[in-house]
Amino acid sequence: MEAYLDNSATTFVLPEVKDICVRTMTMDFGNPSSLHKKGMEAEQYVRVARETIAGTLKVDPKEITFTSGGTESNNLALIGGAMAHRRTGKHIITTQIEHSSVANPVKFLEKEGFRVTYLPVSPEGVVDRQALLDALDEDTSLVSIMQVNNEIGALEPVAELGRLVHEKNPDILFHVDAIQSYGKFIIRPRRENIDLLSVSGHKIHGPKGSGFLYVRSSARILPQILGGGQQQGMRSGTENVPAIAGLGVAAGAMYQNYEEHVEKLFSLRERLVAGLSGMEGVTINGPKGREGAPHIVSASFEGIRAEVLLHALEEREIYVSSGSACSSNHPVYSATLTAIGVRKDLLDCTVRFSLSIFNTEAQIDYTLDVLNELVPKLSRYRRR
Amino acid sequence: MEYQAFLVKYAEIGLKGKNRGMFEDALLRQIRRSLRAVSGRFEVTKASGRIYVHANTAYDYDETVEALTRVFGVSAICPMIQFDTQDPEEVYRRAVAYMAEAYPDRKKTFKVETRRINKNFPVGSQDMNAELGEVLLNAYPELSVDVHHPDILLQVELREKVNIYSHTIPGPGGMPVGTNGRAMLLLSGGIDSPVAGYMIAKRGVVIDAVYFHAPPYTSERAKQKVVDLAKQVSLYAGPIRLHVVNFTDVQLCIYETCPHDELTIIMRRYMMKIAEQLAEQDESLALITGESIGQVASQTIQSLAVTNEVCHLPVFRPLIGFDKKDIVEIAQKIGTFETSILPYEDCCTIFVAKHPVTRPILKAIVRSEELLKGKIEPLVEEALATVETIEVGM
Repeated sequence: MEAYLDNSATTFVLPEVKDICVRTMTMDFGNPSSLHKKGMEAEQYVRVARETIAGTLKVDPKEITFTSGGTESNNLALIGGAMAHRRTGKHIITTQIEHSSVANPVKFLEKEGFRVTYLPVSPEGVVDRQALLDALDEDTSLVSIMQVNNEIGALEPVAELGRLVHEKNPDILFHVDAIQSYGKFIIRPRRENIDLLSVSGHKIHGPKGSGFLYVRSSARILPQILGGGQQQGMRSGTENVPAIAGLGVAAGAMYQNYEEHVEKLFSLRERLVAGLSGMEGVTINGPKGREGAPHIVSASFEGIRAEVLLHALEEREIYVSSGSACSSNHPVYSATLTAIGVRKDLLDCTVRFSLSIFNTEAQIDYTLDVLNELVPKLSRYRRR
Repeated sequence: MEYQAFLVKYAEIGLKGKNRGMFEDALLRQIRRSLRAVSGRFEVTKASGRIYVHANTAYDYDETVEALTRVFGVSAICPMIQFDTQDPEEVYRRAVAYMAEAYPDRKKTFKVETRRINKNFPVGSQDMNAELGEVLLNAYPELSVDVHHPDILLQVELREKVNIYSHTIPGPGGMPVGTNGRAMLLLSGGIDSPVAGYMIAKRGVVIDAVYFHAPPYTSERAKQKVVDLAKQVSLYAGPIRLHVVNFTDVQLCIYETCPHDELTIIMRRYMMKIAEQLAEQDESLALITGESIGQVASQTIQSLAVTNEVCHLPVFRPLIGFDKKDIVEIAQKIGTFETSILPYEDCCTIFVAKHPVTRPILKAIVRSEELLKGKIEPLVEEALATVETIEVGM
């Protein structure tokens, strides 16, 4: 049996997504900017996708800017946001557990002279509200907080944090990295004080190279890719019609039967967590129950190097991910695991399971069976 | 400048007496092999102790030079202009044009050196030297003659065709691969072993390689990295048979049975034993390792002696006296360094003890190995029986 449990890395493309991608690559291949019929046809696909996505967030379609994926969305939000407001404020607030596509643009801005506050998190991975309140000041122009942490599945109370930010100053841009949460949570940017929201297509059974940034109509950011002025100048370049059309279909599919999907994910997750909790030497990091994301489980296996466990599982067609690719000589420890206080000897022994609605109970049971067999065997051999 | 041919010079193999023909033929074969990957069609010929590469079509100069500088046995490469004539005036005209293109700055000293192999050519070599020298001085007054230490040594060969050249690009030296038997390289993913293989291949030895894979402790990417390294070495050494040995069970057996601080040294001994058996199957006459004295615990002189003790074949360790920095320099030159430093675990590091023995005593190691008797033999046999052989650089 194959069990692909690495859906936070990427997901397979839905058949209906593939179909529309093929159609827009081969038959309806026009450039949306062309004045002729072929261009009109292509534009239509982009419009439909934009409307579908806007519908999932209950926002204006004009507020959706398509990008090449999560990384570009985050870069556009952070650099574009910070630069647009650099005359009125040069202080950025983010967390210690952001994905590198947020952490590195922030680091870049720090080098460019911005002041940055990195908020700490609780052992469950949740941002400290008081720390946010303490950090906000007259100079703050941008706050960026992920909704679901990609490594441990911690859920940040973004609605509440957004309210705190805008109570302090409605002009501060509040950016939410929703790459791991879109499709798994109902998100209402207007109600939740979110100005900018990043989403990636390939985490929700859409194509790689697809994504979008929600930019609230009142928010001002500086475009980062200049050219022909497509997408109202927010992101130049001929629209990637196949990716956009595919993303639209995938987004629609995720929010159709939404409750059922989330219930299924939670029940798979609970099954996995229950099985793992029963194993000797296994610790679950981050949320244990339904307080976190429904699809991510981080587990540390005492005495077993994550990479070794990953390859042993791979031999049985079970695919997971290790916190970070590391070598024995230069381990690079995960900032998230360090921030939530995972024991040092477990940092290198932590594996992430991430689920999709297309996983089955049988796959979870198979994975648990294999782990029950492998864990005692592998923990016998360790560096002494 | 458009060069039509290359003169390929070789040094050491010129000394080989009666075997010379064999050495030259091997060099020709290696040059042809190396040029196969280059766009363009070439003819490689041997004439009175010299090797010529003629370009029969348009070709890429840089690619060609790169391919030729990878062939062991080549001491130098001279790009030549080549043309068909019996007319001295034509030679002068072409030489004048050559100087203009090859030397934009001509405030230099020069000397003409002519070899007349085609005795029908109407001007003798001494006369050609004098005449052509004069013509060039008239054409370029900024030139001056220095017959002892010229900046430019302009060589003119009067053969069936006329060759003119003055540039010399150094080759790698060594001897053509295929003239000195076959040896088995213990190839890890590290910096040293590919360099060791390169150095032995440079002496004309055909290389096979063995890699010890330990899934799930080492990943498919680590294996791919070794395949990539073998490919890079094969650009110089020619095709390599890479044997991938599944070493996990042997390693775990040692781990469970022997004192932990002796793990690495005992493991190395088993690697040598297995490599030697594969070498015998391949009719290899020696083993090659990238060891260098004192680099790590398993490479102290005591460890090397204890490891060496299991081998019957000679073990070549071309890097034995090299500092790491010197090895890195060669790895960079031959293009293996970038791949070598990719961070994948290899099987030597996964179980390594915090404090491995650095001065193992043979008797003690042999005593520890006694504990393996009866358990490890079938595992070694299994490892040998399940070897995967990948042909690289074919």
